[in-house]
Formats: sequence, C-alpha cells, structure tokens
Amino acid sequence: MEIRTAFHKKLRQIQGEILAMGNMVEKAIEQSIEALKNRNLDMANRIITDDRNINRKRYEIEERCIQLIATQQPMASDLRNIICILNIITELERIGDYAEGIAKIVLMIGDEPPLKPLIDIPRMAEKTVDMLHRSLDALGNHNAEAARQIATEDNEVDDLYDQVFRELLSFMIEDPKTITRATRLIWVAHNLERSADRVTNICERVVFFVTGKMEEIGASKY
Amino acid sequence: MNINLELTDKKAPVSGEVRMSTKNLSLYYGDFQALRDITLNIPENAITAVIGPSGCGKSTFLRLFNRMNDLITGVKVDGRVELDGINIYDRDIDVVELRKKVGMVFQKPNPFPMSVFENVAFGPRRHGRKNRMELEDVVEKSLKQAALWDEVKDKLGQSALALSGGQQQRLCIARVLAVEPEVILMDEPCSALDPIATLRIEDLMKSLAENYTIVIVTHNMQQAARVSDMSAFFMMEEDRAGILVEYGPTAELFTNPKDKRTEDYITGRFG
Ligand SMILES: Nc1ncnc2c1ncn2[C@@H]1O[C@H](COP(=O)(O)OP(=O)(O)O)[C@@H](O)[C@H]1O
Ligand SMILES: [Mg+2]
Repeated sequence: MEIRTAFHKKLRQIQGEILAMGNMVEKAIEQSIEALKNRNLDMANRIITDDRNINRKRYEIEERCIQLIATQQPMASDLRNIICILNIITELERIGDYAEGIAKIVLMIGDEPPLKPLIDIPRMAEKTVDMLHRSLDALGNHNAEAARQIATEDNEVDDLYDQVFRELLSFMIEDPKTITRATRLIWVAHNLERSADRVTNICERVVFFVTGKMEEIGASKY
Repeated sequence: MNINLELTDKKAPVSGEVRMSTKNLSLYYGDFQALRDITLNIPENAITAVIGPSGCGKSTFLRLFNRMNDLITGVKVDGRVELDGINIYDRDIDVVELRKKVGMVFQKPNPFPMSVFENVAFGPRRHGRKNRMELEDVVEKSLKQAALWDEVKDKLGQSALALSGGQQQRLCIARVLAVEPEVILMDEPCSALDPIATLRIEDLMKSLAENYTIVIVTHNMQQAARVSDMSAFFMMEEDRAGILVEYGPTAELFTNPKDKRTEDYITGRFG
C-alpha cells in the first residue's frame, strides 16, 4: 500500500514539468537551425525572447524541488530523483542558451549569401535533439542502460563537428573572403557540440538516479 | 546528509572496532517468534539506529543487549549476543555488572520522584560510591555531559519532576552516564518530546558518540538519518517474526538502499 501518495504525485508532476521543459529546449534547437537555413530573422528573434520562458521554467521546477526537500524529507530514490532533476534543469537551461546563441548568430549573418548548402550542421542538430529526447525518456522510464547508450552517441556529434570544422577550414584557406561567414558557422557547430555534451551530463544524472552511482560516461572528445 | 557520494567516507563511516554483536539470534515470547536469525555488528563509538515498522521487534532487539528481556516470563533466546566478544547470555555473566556497562534510556522520561541531584547520584550510590564530594563531582560531570548542567546547576535540590520533558530526558541520560557505561541503549528517546527538545537530544547523542557506543531505536526515519552512522532496517515476515532486512552506513541506506523492501519503506511506498 502506497503511503506517501500526495508527495509522490507531486514528484510525478515535476517529472512532467521537466518533459515540458525538454520539449521547449528541443524546439529551440530545431528552430534555431531552421532559422539558419531559411535566414528567418523573425524566428531567430522569437527564439531569443522565448529563451526567457525556458529560464523561468527552470526556476519554477527548482523551486518546487526545494519545497519538496524542505517539506517532505525525501529519501533514497526519491531523493536521488530530485537531485537528478535539479541537475538536469541546469543542463536543459544551458542547452536553451546554446540555441539562443545560434539564433544570435543567425541575426549576425542576416541576409548574407550562404557559403554552402548546410548538411552536417542540421545533422548535428538532429542528432543532438534525438539524444536529448531519448535521455528524458530514459529519465521517465528509469532506464540507466538507455542513458549510458545515449551518452556514447555523443561521439557521432563530435565526429560531425570535426567534419564541419575541416570543411569550413578548407573554404577559408581557399578563399579568405569566406572567413567571416565560415567562422560563424563554426560557432553554430560549436554550440551544437556543446549541447550534445550537456545531454551526456543529463545521461549521467539519469544513471545516478536509477542506480545510485555517480559514473562519468565516456569522456567527450571535446 | 552528504550527497556527494564519491567524496564521502560513507563506505566506512565508522572505523571503530565491533563493540557488540548478535549472531544468528532468535528470540521467542513463548511460542511466538519475535526475532529471527539476526546477525549484526555494532561498532564502537558510533550511533547505530534501528528502524522499521511498529511491532517488527526493534525494542525486543534493543533489550537483548542489557538482558532486559530476561525480566519477561517465557522469553527464550537462541544464538549469541556479544559484548567485546563475550556472550552475555552465558550463565556466569553478572547481569548487574552488565547493566552498569550497558545503560538504557527509555521512550518516556522516567526520572525518580526525588531531587535532580539524587537522580544522578542514584546509580553511583548503588554501586558503592558514598563520598559526598565524589558524588558531587560525578553529578556535575554527568549533567555537563548530558548538556543539562547550565539549566539545573542552581536547582539541584529541586524535584526532577519539575523539569520540562526535554530536561527530564537529558536528566535520564545523565543518570545513565553517572554509572560510566560503555554502551547506551535508547528506545525512542525523543518520541515524547517536542521538536526542539528532540534536536537537543540528537545533538547530545552526537557528542556522546565520541566516547560511547550508542544504539537507538526510532520510529522516526529522519531522526535515524540525522543522527546515526549505521542503520539497520527491520521488518516482519509473514508469521510476524522480525528479521533484519538491511544494515549498512546510514548515508548509503538512505540514499541508495540495496533492498527493494528498504527502498519501499523509507520512501513511503509501503508501511
Ligand atoms: N512482553 C511481551 N510478550 C509477548 N509478546 C511481546 C512482548 N513484547 C513484545 N511482544 C511482541 O513482539 C513483537 C515485537 O515487539 P517490539 O519489540 O515491541 O516491536 P517494536 O519495538 O518494533 O514496535 C510484537 O509482535 C509484540 O507484540
Ligand atoms: Mg518499540
């Protein structure tokens, strides 16, 4: 017979909130790349203003966690769950900031002619969003194995980053007039690479929540 | 509670020797088995908490260590209970001497209806210390150790019953300390106290643990988490016999219990 039903209901509500926050962040990353592809400055501006909602959500969740700790004295997996959530919202907020960073780069680029068709950068974004989504699923399903697996996939994002970097470097070497535009794209790729690193941090937190062990999973190349 | 698991010494929160232990210990009240096959080591100069649902045998377990269960008719004990490696259920054990070494504090403060001074002097007097000066020293020292001296030093002659509940409980602790025990057993020592008095007792326990081995039974999990170094989780089997489900460093038991039953109990998923 479950005794602390009210407390556990609140905890599940927070889990729901974190999924909602995750959706906001996924959307921000996706749209930032969309804005980059289509030179959509309105969209870029919207991402920048919407980032405030992500930050607000983070503080909302944090406050709820603090209240639960103060009033309910959570123990064992409940305690680990709350600690895990507190860490994950920080990671999510940062990923949101990277999306905002990309949006700002989009504004800088403005309507400059494209340097080249974008292929690997959207792939990086897609992979990162996919990893992020699955990491939060792993949280919801208490699946440490899935979390470990997702973290290792960070390599794929790193490899794409390498590729983007080398390609843009060759553009710059061939034609120094492309340096400004190429550099901006490298910044975009860098923001994505960092986002994927943050996802691996989320995965580590999920593993901690489920197993009680703090593991550093597959140190990232970058 | 320390959350940074890797950086803490939670794997070995206590370095001391084993002070007391039970080995394959079973206890029966007549035909009813109250404890089943309990093997557990209690470390020296540390606080060991016993938690578990009501009726799972916590008090019974605690009373093993000073043979208080002997006072109940029909009690039968199987297995060993050791103090410093000696089986205290051996025939030639002097129970009076044992209870001097292993003191006990009860749920409800139970001061004697006499003065504060006489309460504390009672034990030493009974053990043959008669010299007034010596007794004064013992009383002062014990009351200081029990963090009560400052509050009662001007009313040592007054009735102990006039003290507040929290003060009475500290007086009972002072009374135990006065006979210079090695182990202190506490059975829900704060359940009759208000929250502040409770925190004072917990703080006192922490300081006493530097020199004494303490075993506390508590129905308050947060209290076990706050004060103890080691925690033992007891539970009842189908036939209501108490068993030890899990025993380990408190920081570990309350953050990452090994047994699903412990997890369910401390997170309130069953009870
Ligand atoms: N003097 C006694 N005679 C018979 N049964 C007892 C006696 N004392 C306790 N019991 C039984 O032993 C079990 C454990 O009791 P106890 O040690 O007081 O549990 P707890 O302290 O965990 O609540 C209970 O089922 C209780 O009814
Ligand atoms: Mg009891």
